[in-house]
Amino acid sequence: MLADALLLQLGYNATLVTIGACLLGIAAGVAGTFLFLRKRALVSDAISHATLPGVGLAFILMVGMGGDGRSLFGLLVGAGFSAAIGLLCVHWLTTRTRLGEDAAIGAVLSVFFGFGIVILTVIQTMNAGRQAGLEGFLLGSTAGMLRGDAILLAVSATLVLLLVLILRRPLELAAFDPGYAQATGWSMGRIDLAMMGIVLVVTVVGLKVVGLILIVALLIVPAVTARFWTERAGHVVIIAGFVGGVSGYVGAAISAIAPALPTGPIVVLVGFTMFLVSLLLSPGRGVLASVLMHWRYQRRVHMRQGLLALAQGQPIFETLTHRLLRRAGLILPDGVPTSDGQAAAAKALLDETRWSIVRADQSFAAAATRYDGLTAIETVLTPDQLNEVDARIKAPEVVT
Amino acid sequence: MNISLVTDRTASNESARMASPLAIRGMTVSYGQNPAVFSVDVTVRAGAMTAIVGPNGAGKSTLLKATLQVIKPLAGTVSVFGKPLAQMRDRIAYVPQRASVDWDFPTRVIDVVLMGMYRQLGLLGRVRRHHHEAAMASLTRVGMADFATRQIGQLSGGQQQRVFLARALAQEADIYVLDEPFAGVDAATEKAIIAVLKELRDAGRTVLAVHHDLVTVPEYFDDVVLLNTQVVAAGPVAEVFTDANLQATYGGRLTTARIDPESVAG
Repeated sequence: MLADALLLQLGYNATLVTIGACLLGIAAGVAGTFLFLRKRALVSDAISHATLPGVGLAFILMVGMGGDGRSLFGLLVGAGFSAAIGLLCVHWLTTRTRLGEDAAIGAVLSVFFGFGIVILTVIQTMNAGRQAGLEGFLLGSTAGMLRGDAILLAVSATLVLLLVLILRRPLELAAFDPGYAQATGWSMGRIDLAMMGIVLVVTVVGLKVVGLILIVALLIVPAVTARFWTERAGHVVIIAGFVGGVSGYVGAAISAIAPALPTGPIVVLVGFTMFLVSLLLSPGRGVLASVLMHWRYQRRVHMRQGLLALAQGQPIFETLTHRLLRRAGLILPDGVPTSDGQAAAAKALLDETRWSIVRADQSFAAAATRYDGLTAIETVLTPDQLNEVDARIKAPEVVT
Repeated sequence: MNISLVTDRTASNESARMASPLAIRGMTVSYGQNPAVFSVDVTVRAGAMTAIVGPNGAGKSTLLKATLQVIKPLAGTVSVFGKPLAQMRDRIAYVPQRASVDWDFPTRVIDVVLMGMYRQLGLLGRVRRHHHEAAMASLTRVGMADFATRQIGQLSGGQQQRVFLARALAQEADIYVLDEPFAGVDAATEKAIIAVLKELRDAGRTVLAVHHDLVTVPEYFDDVVLLNTQVVAAGPVAEVFTDANLQATYGGRLTTARIDPESVAG
């Protein structure tokens, strides 16, 4: 079953919905990256919670006009309206009062959500409200989505992606250095407006898929996951798009075979799994890598310090240092260096001497930054430079 | 109360202002009800290096930011070569304070320098080889070419400052506006930066910098603006940078300003 779902073998509708969810995931990951880099990730939480009153009011309005109130497009337009009002409230509170953005987000989020719940409760008491299925907007439910809904999803997601592609430079600049962006003539007001507009569209069209409570995860988790793997903003965007896309795809596919399960939590859990793997295993910033790096580094430092002590005929006090040197066959149990040990110690001292010359000389500034007390200098300097340095060692104080 | 403002609103100064690469008129910026900068007129001389000097809280950085519309002034206009700033943005390169950005941002040195060309590249223009070469040339001028592919978080404070300067150089502007370029940088960087700035000046460009260190003002700069919310005095260093004017700018704080390690080490 799961394999069928993942391979899009569950019929036309389910396939369309899965592809739509995948595109939404990509758009959310990409748009969310800029939000994350701009350090405004939580604004999206305020936006998403602010959609609820709009959904409810749109339903009431459509029923009042004689429809059955379940048109997804109509509901999403309502959601967009109230989300925009919520966003304006956050903006107004932040710029016009002394409230910080965090407080403004908290206030708007809770008030709008509370108001929305009240409206939903009212709808439950209406005749038409019984089968409205508006709860699906809270946690997401792709199971009942129609072909038109899926196409709406796919088209909006593609538009968002295009828009981000066009605006990538100002968005990046605004995230890194807003003052510079403003000074070079990009209007920060407009860039932020565009970014919030993009996030608003993603949030609103994502409501039915992930639900308003969890959409923030689809915006943020891909970006933080991607950050583990790269040091370049452009790559963060691409990886985040991938993570978001996989989350949306798998989430919708599982939802297709288990319609009772809300889609949002599945999407989030898939994303979270990728986050966890990245957190643990990423080579640069991962937890395992840094533990391992620290462990290795500590041992190299001890080794080096031990060798420098040997070279200068000083005793070694630390047991770890002693143990490492012994295990490497550089000293005998009584602390006397072996011939290998003497050679290694002399080499370490020579390295240190060369480094001190390099670090004192401005013309080696770039090389000097590579100094960490451990790196062999031959790996940093060219043989010519090395000769130049050696020429300046007046009297080698190597003790052998 | 005896209030005197250093303003130059006479008609004879109008022509000087129109010719100036950067003329600020009637600039007032306030946070809440307290003006940080009040009614400031500055006419920067073309092809000169001008320092803005004043005590902490005098509004030096605020004046720069308001001049470039990074923050919104309450009042005041800025003209660049006699034209409104908005039309002349690409003639000005800005070097913000180093501490104003997050250096853990995922980007490399070369990418930061390329940001200096985003205006020129537009939204979709491709980064071509000559853009890359220009960025590398800027890095070479500040002695950072070897660092091009490093992540910016690995740089020291002085190196970060040089990268910011390289980004400004990549803009190929006529006017360079720097906010505390020497704050918290090593001596080698200070030397490298001042050398680049003097090169720019000698090539006819105009430099305006907020500066902290009174000791180096005569050595580094041609003109000076003494600022303490208002302009106390402005003009060539030889005429304006006098004990009496400094006393008026710093008030009782002058002695401390001179031995304050931050301002002396700059």
